Amino acid sequence: MPDHDVLVIGAGLAGQRAALAAAEQGVSVGIISKVHPVRSHSNAAQGGINAALHEDDSWESHAFDTVKGSDYLADQDAVEIMCRAAPEELLHLEHLGVTFHRNEEGKLGTRAFGGASAARTYYVADITGQAIMHVLYEQLMKYSDEVARYEEYFTTGLALDDEGNCVGATCRNITDGSMDHFGAKAVILATGGNGQIWHPTTNALICTGDGIAQAYRVGAKLMDMEMIQYHPTTLAGKGFLITEGARGEGAHLLNANGERFMEKYAPNKMELASRDVVSRAEQTEINEGRGFPDGTVALDITVVPRKRIHEALREIVLVGRDFAGVDITKEPIHIKPGNHYTMGGVKTDNEGRTNVPGLYAAGEVACVSVHGGNRLGANSLLDTLIFGRRSGVDAAERAKGRDQTHVSHAFLDDQEARIAEVIGRENGSGRRVSEVRLELGDAMDKHVAVFREAEGLNTALETVRRLKEEYESCYIDDKGHVFNQDVLGAIELGYMLDCAEATCVAAIHRTESRGAQFRTDFSERNDDEWLKHIDVTRTDDGPEISYSEVTITQWEPEERSY
Amino acid sequence: MADFTLKVRRFKPEEQQGPYWETFDVDLDPTLSVLDGLLQAKDREDGSLAVRCSCRAAICGSCGMKINGQSTLACKTMLEEAQSFAETHAVAAQVGGDKTESGSHGKPEIVVEPMGNMPVVKDLVTDMESTHWTKIRRVTPWLLPEGDPPEREYIVPPESMIDVTQSMACIQCGACVSSCLSMEADPDFIGPAALAKAYRFIGDPRDAESKERLHDLAQDPHGIYDCTHCFSCIDACPKGVAPMDQIMRLRRAADEEGIHDQNHGRNHMEAFTKIIEKKGTLDEAQLLQDSYAPGVKGKLVPKHGAIKGLVESLPTAIRGVKTGKMRSLPKLIPGVHPKLPGDAQDHVKRIYAHAEDHQVELNLYIRGEEPDEEAPEGAVEPEPDQVADTESRPGADTGLSPGAGS
Repeated sequence: MPDHDVLVIGAGLAGQRAALAAAEQGVSVGIISKVHPVRSHSNAAQGGINAALHEDDSWESHAFDTVKGSDYLADQDAVEIMCRAAPEELLHLEHLGVTFHRNEEGKLGTRAFGGASAARTYYVADITGQAIMHVLYEQLMKYSDEVARYEEYFTTGLALDDEGNCVGATCRNITDGSMDHFGAKAVILATGGNGQIWHPTTNALICTGDGIAQAYRVGAKLMDMEMIQYHPTTLAGKGFLITEGARGEGAHLLNANGERFMEKYAPNKMELASRDVVSRAEQTEINEGRGFPDGTVALDITVVPRKRIHEALREIVLVGRDFAGVDITKEPIHIKPGNHYTMGGVKTDNEGRTNVPGLYAAGEVACVSVHGGNRLGANSLLDTLIFGRRSGVDAAERAKGRDQTHVSHAFLDDQEARIAEVIGRENGSGRRVSEVRLELGDAMDKHVAVFREAEGLNTALETVRRLKEEYESCYIDDKGHVFNQDVLGAIELGYMLDCAEATCVAAIHRTESRGAQFRTDFSERNDDEWLKHIDVTRTDDGPEISYSEVTITQWEPEERSY
Repeated sequence: MADFTLKVRRFKPEEQQGPYWETFDVDLDPTLSVLDGLLQAKDREDGSLAVRCSCRAAICGSCGMKINGQSTLACKTMLEEAQSFAETHAVAAQVGGDKTESGSHGKPEIVVEPMGNMPVVKDLVTDMESTHWTKIRRVTPWLLPEGDPPEREYIVPPESMIDVTQSMACIQCGACVSSCLSMEADPDFIGPAALAKAYRFIGDPRDAESKERLHDLAQDPHGIYDCTHCFSCIDACPKGVAPMDQIMRLRRAADEEGIHDQNHGRNHMEAFTKIIEKKGTLDEAQLLQDSYAPGVKGKLVPKHGAIKGLVESLPTAIRGVKTGKMRSLPKLIPGVHPKLPGDAQDHVKRIYAHAEDHQVELNLYIRGEEPDEEAPEGAVEPEPDQVADTESRPGADTGLSPGAGS
């Protein structure tokens, strides 16, 4: 029974940053991840990280862009905290060894990004997330005495004591199938988003909403779950991401007639309007018959100088070549909007605290909210680092004043029994786990996407609820202990279904259009009624809705145009 | 949609049998990947098939494995491409002692195995901790700057960051380790991934311990001179990190640093290049002498360890003769090495001169430049692969320039 003061679940950027920050406070830290940390999905963040570091830029400008990008649903106090802290965090990463791009003077250089009024995106080619995450992992290796790593351990449930404090988690060691309870005085969830609910998605196969569902199941509130970002440039069918950096470097979007259609939708910012705006523009072109027969529009990167493409967009050259058979330096590549990011998640305050005492959340799993209805490109890395650090510091403070509580062995026995029950189901007793998962993905992508309306959303919700019933009897093939991914897949599907239900309920409930939630049956933003967050709480009768206010500090909602 | 057959090397540690082969028929678009194929087999036929995977887009590094005997990422290998490779190379017939060459569709089977040089945990899942991560930690894999950090960023030449970003692009997938021939011979070899990681710090101007790192890696008998320069890791790397090139850079840096390693690695490297420059082909007898006791002085007053090294090399030399690796006995007699025909040796020397003049380090992040700016309109540009073969490989010419090893 390994005990730590602070237990971090998830080892992407938010988790690693939280673990390092907690360890710096002198407490014992454990970090658990269902994959080796460097496999985490933070890798996929290509374009960069925003910070108003340059003397001509200001954190206020960055904060305003973020608030406007969010369609005024972000909490402005949280946005201020994030944007103020960004330059210092960026320099910290540089000092740790991240190989950020330099300008000719040898100083940190920037690129332009969507929805931003200044070029404030710092980057490492187009592998920024990977570069930062590998450097943080270097630090975890350096501080291995202070931070215990549990790599390839799968969390099956959070434990609460009698007073309702979160006091640890139960995990399965994937390599040998053994189960253990990890005691902790504070637990930080950093498990990422739930993009796998959609098919296709840019998200990795591991992004199954584990932490969102685990927190939801122990009574934590979820917030803004209807806000799901569709990224404007993903490969049709496969869902692979083409970085916004491509447009930041000057690439154009063209419809099948060769028209640069963004002129109609965002005459000032063109391709660099915020993502919800660009995705809707593309989808409108496609729906109105000006797309290509494969349901796409084209991203023309050939207008960027070849030298610059190779230097700054090399990953995209490889993605084009390996996954689409296209040399992006020579011809446009076909793209479409695709599921990309979970703006919502576990509701937290500015220190990462959820409404469950001792339970924290940071990064994509959490909803502070700094992204509101739409996240700006290159703000996600920043979110993970700033709120990962803050959660780590606050969790360590909490841990210092408390004793370790141990939950009864019955909790662990329950978790083990639940897994044994799934493994014990006979083949053919119901549907295959994979069938249920694929049906879920298709339904969500069809009805809970760029354009939504009541009928489709209700169809999606009905589908999710039917699948939840079928889930109870679905079976798996693998009956073993060693690396039984089959049973983990079944548990993940349960997490996904909980997240999907909360998402559908919130999307049905918000009868307006704001950010990523565009309702064709309620096509206007309605600040009088809907300038508020939708919170979802789990009850035995299903998700229960409540509201919380949007914090406004200095930017009153205005009409949004790019 | 099309039909493909995957022939998968399976191993279930909890069952009483050893590894075995199993074939799965999958029905997918040919431009989808071998990983997509494995996932379909998992979804439809057997959920117990173990394979690490996550991003599907060659950035997380989870799905390293051997496909048709080649170490790579499954998500980056397209089914069509894998099938045609299997056809050309008749792969299925070569492995597993299985007589069936083609699957039930009459098309060749795509052979899928776990990575090499690592213990197998289950099916396609290997133990990377004991073989890969231990070695990564061996190279002190974190930046060691001098003193406290500056108030702002470190000011460094922009090209230095682009330079180390090539090794920063490593996703720790293990494909290079899987394919490494030196590691097959010496399991303690630090290996291509860890040495590329080492270059990431040694090449970083912010690191204050570069010299100590170089000494450490040069003196380690399983360090930079343990690489046999076989290019396997360059072929295997899905991210263009070219680990062997990074090892050669480490050797050049060690050479510039004047490190004479206790394993005679540097002498061996120097002897190799000089012999080729002079004779065009390898004079093994002289190579052995010069590696351990270089120059006239070395022979007259052999240094400590030289004779020991020479004597210890004799069994290897004898095995070389026995197995035909060295073609004839006279090759072992100093002074009777054949010359190249005609003016061939002058050509060799010209190649050396060319290499001397072109010492500039190119890497994948800056290689796109020249054709872009110099090529006149309509000029035929080299195919990407050809570009990769020449420009992206500073190590490609090292067989003929300082930095060569054997």
